[in-house]
Amino acid sequence: MLRKILALAAILGFAVAAPALADTGQPPLKHIAWSFSGPFGGYDQEQLQRGFKVYREVCSQCHSLKLIAFHDLGEPGGPFWDPKYKTANDNAYVKAIAAEFKVPDIDPDTGDPIQRVATTADSMPPPYANEIAAKATLGGSPPDMSMLEKAREGGANYIYSILTGYTTAPAGVTVPAGKYYNPFMLGGIIAMPPPLVAGRVTFDDGKPSTLDQEAQDIAAFLTWASDPHMEQRKQMGLAVMVYLLVFAGLLYASYRRVWRNVAH
Amino acid sequence: MSGPSSYEPGTAIERWLDARLPIIRFSVDLMDFPTPKNLNYWWTFGGILAFCLASQIVTGVILAMHFDPTGAGAFLSIEHIMRDVNYGWLIRYIHADGAFLFFLAVYIHMFRGLYYGSFKAPREVLWLIGCLIYLAMMATAFFGYVLRWGQMSFWGAKVITSLFGAIPFVGPSITTWLLGGFAVDSPTLNRFFSLHYLLPFVIAALVVLHIWALHVPGNSNPVGVNVKGKSDTVPFHPYYTVKDGFAIVLFMILMAVFVFYQPEAMMGADNNIPANPIVTPPHIVPEWYLLPYYAILRAIPNKLMGVMAMGGAIACIFALPWLDRTKVRSMRYRPQARIYFFFFCAACVILGFCGAHEVDDKVINGLAPITFLDADLNSYVWVSRLGALYYFAYFLVILPIVLPMTETPLPVPESISTPVLSHPAAAPAGAPAAPEKKG
Repeated sequence: MLRKILALAAILGFAVAAPALADTGQPPLKHIAWSFSGPFGGYDQEQLQRGFKVYREVCSQCHSLKLIAFHDLGEPGGPFWDPKYKTANDNAYVKAIAAEFKVPDIDPDTGDPIQRVATTADSMPPPYANEIAAKATLGGSPPDMSMLEKAREGGANYIYSILTGYTTAPAGVTVPAGKYYNPFMLGGIIAMPPPLVAGRVTFDDGKPSTLDQEAQDIAAFLTWASDPHMEQRKQMGLAVMVYLLVFAGLLYASYRRVWRNVAH
Repeated sequence: MSGPSSYEPGTAIERWLDARLPIIRFSVDLMDFPTPKNLNYWWTFGGILAFCLASQIVTGVILAMHFDPTGAGAFLSIEHIMRDVNYGWLIRYIHADGAFLFFLAVYIHMFRGLYYGSFKAPREVLWLIGCLIYLAMMATAFFGYVLRWGQMSFWGAKVITSLFGAIPFVGPSITTWLLGGFAVDSPTLNRFFSLHYLLPFVIAALVVLHIWALHVPGNSNPVGVNVKGKSDTVPFHPYYTVKDGFAIVLFMILMAVFVFYQPEAMMGADNNIPANPIVTPPHIVPEWYLLPYYAILRAIPNKLMGVMAMGGAIACIFALPWLDRTKVRSMRYRPQARIYFFFFCAACVILGFCGAHEVDDKVINGLAPITFLDADLNSYVWVSRLGALYYFAYFLVILPIVLPMTETPLPVPESISTPVLSHPAAAPAGAPAAPEKKG
C-alpha cells in the first residue's frame, strides 16, 4: 500500500520536476557533497562562519540579506551559535558584529532621521536604501539573498555552479557590453561580474582561499540563511519517524488481533 | 442514522439527556454502524481525508494568527512564520505539504469510487456531494496558493482569474469583481484570504452531509453486491477504527517524510521569489493537482472553448452516475470496463505531464516536425488533445454506449461472504466475533 503511494508520489513529483529537466542547452549543475544533504546532514559551523565572511566582504557590497537579523547568527545551528550563552542576544560575537553596523532610525527626541549603531535585534542593513538607488548605481537591482537558495532551482548547487561557472562565451554567442557569459544562468548572459576569485577573502581558520572554497562556503551560508531551522527540523523528524513507525507497528498488531476471528 | 438503534441508556442522567438531546445515542450508533467486512485498504482513504481536513483547519487557524493578508506584508509574514514563530516552520510545512497530500488522497478516493462503482444507485447523492467537496477543495487550494504571494501565486492568480474573462459579455466584469480591481493586487489577496478561511468550513459542512449520505445506504464494497444481512458486516468500531487508524498513521509517515526531509519538494522555487507584477516568470504552471485540467484548457486554441472544455471535464465527473448505468458495480466483474479504466488513469497522468510542459515543447527531441492542422504532432499540444479526447470519450462514449453493447460482465457472487476469502477466520465459525470483549 505504502509502496504504491510512494510510487504515485514519485510519479507526480517527476511530473512537477519535468519542466526543469526539459530545459535544454544548459549544462547540468555541478554537484557538491554538502554537509547538510541527506536526512541526517547538518551545517558545518566553521563553513558557515567562512561563508558569512564571504558575504560580508564581497556579496554585501551589492546584495541585501534583509530577513536575517544579527541575533539569527547566534541561534542554534547558526554560524556563531555558542551553547554557553543563554540567548543569541548575549552572544559576544553576535554583539560585536552588530556593533560594527549602522542602521537608519528616527531620533526619539527630535524626530530627525539618524544613523545609530545596530543591536542584535536589528536586521542586516541593505547596501542600498531602495531598489531605485541600487539601479542608479549598478544598472540593475541585485536580488535579496535571504531566500536565494530556496528561490533557485538546484539551490546550493546552483549558487556554487554560477559562482564557479564564468567562462568565455562560445563562438556564436554575443555578450552585450557590461555583461558576462555564464552557462548556468538561464540564457547564458549574466549581469553580475565574476564576484569571487582565488585569494579574494582571507579565512580566519586558515583554509586556503581558493575560488572553489569561497564558492562552497558562501553557498552553504546562503543555504543556512534560507533555511535556518533545518537542523532542528531533521532532528525532530527522526524522533517523529521513530514514534510513527512504532505506533504503526502497534496499530497493525491491534488490527490483526481485532480481525483475527472475522473472515474477510 | 438508519436501522434500529442499539443504545440503551444505562443511568438516569443518560435517560434524561436521551429524551432531550440524543447525542450519546447518535455517537454510539455512529460507532456501531454496520460496515461491510470486506473493505480493502482503498476504503481507508475516507478516514485519511477526514484527518487531512482536520489537520489543514487546525494548522490553518494557527497560521492565520500570524499572517498579514496585504500585498506588502504577505510574503514577509510567511517568512516571519518560517523563521521567528516558535515551530512556525512545522505548522506551515504541515499545512503546505498537507495540501498536496490532501489532493493525493482525494484522487485515490475518487478513483476508488470510479473503479468499484461506488457512485451507482443508491449512492448518487453521496457522489454528488463528494464532487462538490472536490470543487470546494480546488477553490480553497487555489486561494491558499495565492496567499504565499510569490511569483507563481501572483501570476497563477492572474491566469486563473482571466479564465473568467472568456465568458461572453459579463466576463470582464466578473474578473474585475473577483480581483477587487483591474489587476491582481492587495485587494485580491485580502478577499482570497477571507475565502480561504471560509471555504474549509463549507467543506466541513459538506463532509457532514457526505457522511450522512453514506450512512443511509451504507458503504459500498469491493465486490459491489449489497449487504444481505448481519453476517456480511462488522461494527465500525473497533474493526474499522483500527484499520483506518493504521492507514492514517501510514499516511502520517508519508507526510512526515515531506514535512521533515523534503518540505519544499512540491513547491516551485519560483514561488520563493516575492510577487513582482513587472517580471513574468518563464513558465507559469499551476500546482500538480490541477495540471490535467490545465492541459485540457490549453489543448484548445480558442479561449472560451478551452474554458468550456475544462468545465465540461469536471461536469463529466458530476454526471457519472447517469453516464455509467451498468448494474454491476465493481469492475472486478467487468473485464472490459477495467481495461478502459486503466487507460483512463493513464490519460489523466499523461494530461498532467502535458500540463507541466509548454504546449510547443517537443515530446521526443530530435524528430523532424510533422505539422498537422495548427501544430507539430510531436508537441505537447497534440498529446494533450489525444489525452483530452480519451478523457471525454471515456465518460461520454465508452461508459454509456460502448460498454453496455459489448461487455458481458462476469458472474457476481451471491453475497459478500461467498467469494473465496483471502483472510479466513482464525477461530471456527460461530466463535464470538467481538474480540474487544475478550481478553
